[in-house]
Amino acid sequence: MAGSTTTAAPTRSRGFQPFGGKGRAILLEGIYKANPVTKQVLGICIFLAVTNRVANSLVMGAALTFVTAMSNLFISTLRNSIPRRIRMIAQVAIIATFVIIIDQLFRGFYWSMSKQLGPYVALIITSCVVMGRAEAYAMQNPPLPSLLDGLANGIGYAIILVLIGVVRELVGAGTILGYTILPPAWYVNNLIFLLAPGAFFTGGFLIWILETLNPTSQEPPAGGTEAKR
Amino acid sequence: MNLTPVWAVFLGSIFTNNILFASFLGMCSFLVCSNRISTAIGLGSAVTFVMFFTTIINFLIYRYILVPLGLDFVSFIIFIAVIAAFVQFLEMFVERFSPELYYALGIFLPLITVNCAILGASLFMVIRNYDFGQTVFYGLGAGLGWFLAIALMAGLRERMGYSNVPVALRRTGIIMLMAGVIAMTFMGFTGMLSTQ
Repeated sequence: MAGSTTTAAPTRSRGFQPFGGKGRAILLEGIYKANPVTKQVLGICIFLAVTNRVANSLVMGAALTFVTAMSNLFISTLRNSIPRRIRMIAQVAIIATFVIIIDQLFRGFYWSMSKQLGPYVALIITSCVVMGRAEAYAMQNPPLPSLLDGLANGIGYAIILVLIGVVRELVGAGTILGYTILPPAWYVNNLIFLLAPGAFFTGGFLIWILETLNPTSQEPPAGGTEAKR
Repeated sequence: MNLTPVWAVFLGSIFTNNILFASFLGMCSFLVCSNRISTAIGLGSAVTFVMFFTTIINFLIYRYILVPLGLDFVSFIIFIAVIAAFVQFLEMFVERFSPELYYALGIFLPLITVNCAILGASLFMVIRNYDFGQTVFYGLGAGLGWFLAIALMAGLRERMGYSNVPVALRRTGIIMLMAGVIAMTFMGFTGMLSTQ
């Protein structure tokens, strides 16, 4: 633990401000510039599975933000005492602990939501967003910036979840958060948007739009940087 | 108790409830590793193999150790530990006994630990209350279903090399749209079987 305090000390003396300078850069990076879903293509599984209702997307986004931020914080705190060879197991163990906390909370207080989300809460463990940030950021950086990075990526992820949720619920059921927006009198629900293909189509089109607005600078080589995951 | 016959569980997990097109599991490696058929077949067979054995091991641990002890809330961490340990053993075993297979599959094995389809299969096995026979066929069927999905997509992507895709769609957008079309065709199987 002595190692981690010595590396954290210079950051503190420089005065790390969470919402100015470097802190803001980290937040912006995670939320927009390098958004985990659209830019890094991480965590697609959950992102497609739970977005058929806005409420589900909100809850899932909040759960994922919590897990990413907390696991980043703890992994970064312990990063100098985790042996390199078994770092995957160590990271997974930390992440799984927070996921179990969330899952037990849902089961205790929001049983119907827990039932609807099914196995996907547990699948946050293998979500590449959480693992990816732990590996790429928290293992190299001090705790406070890692916490912020986790928050930013979680929020960036949640925003995309909610966007997709809004489109799918609106087109598929004519409602948002259960309130009727498009009355059934003249709007025929397009059920396919609530089912699996709708998730793929909405996701594909959203990535298309965002990629047009904010293009990725270089063409990725086949199986280059992405295949390392 | 779930009373679905095993053949229905098996076919259902391949076609009607395909783990990728209906439950969206294993999307990350699906998007990244589906650019060549040979890669897809390597990864697909590795996933099928690991999924088959880990669902069985996880079933036995869950049913005979965790439930009697009232520890089912730690099942996630146990499941992922079993998967990681299994993959690690498999990697050492393959490296020792068949270097050729190791070079073919080696790079995929670490990816499998964090493949959500593997963990997802174990979780669905618990949620749907399968008994031992159903679990065996579910593990095999879900693995084969994932194999089928990634092989299909790799075939399409090899063909797509000749077509002119809009620049902004090239990275992942087009794969998602194609997956949507394939998912629609898989929905056609829904009427065939109504499994859970």
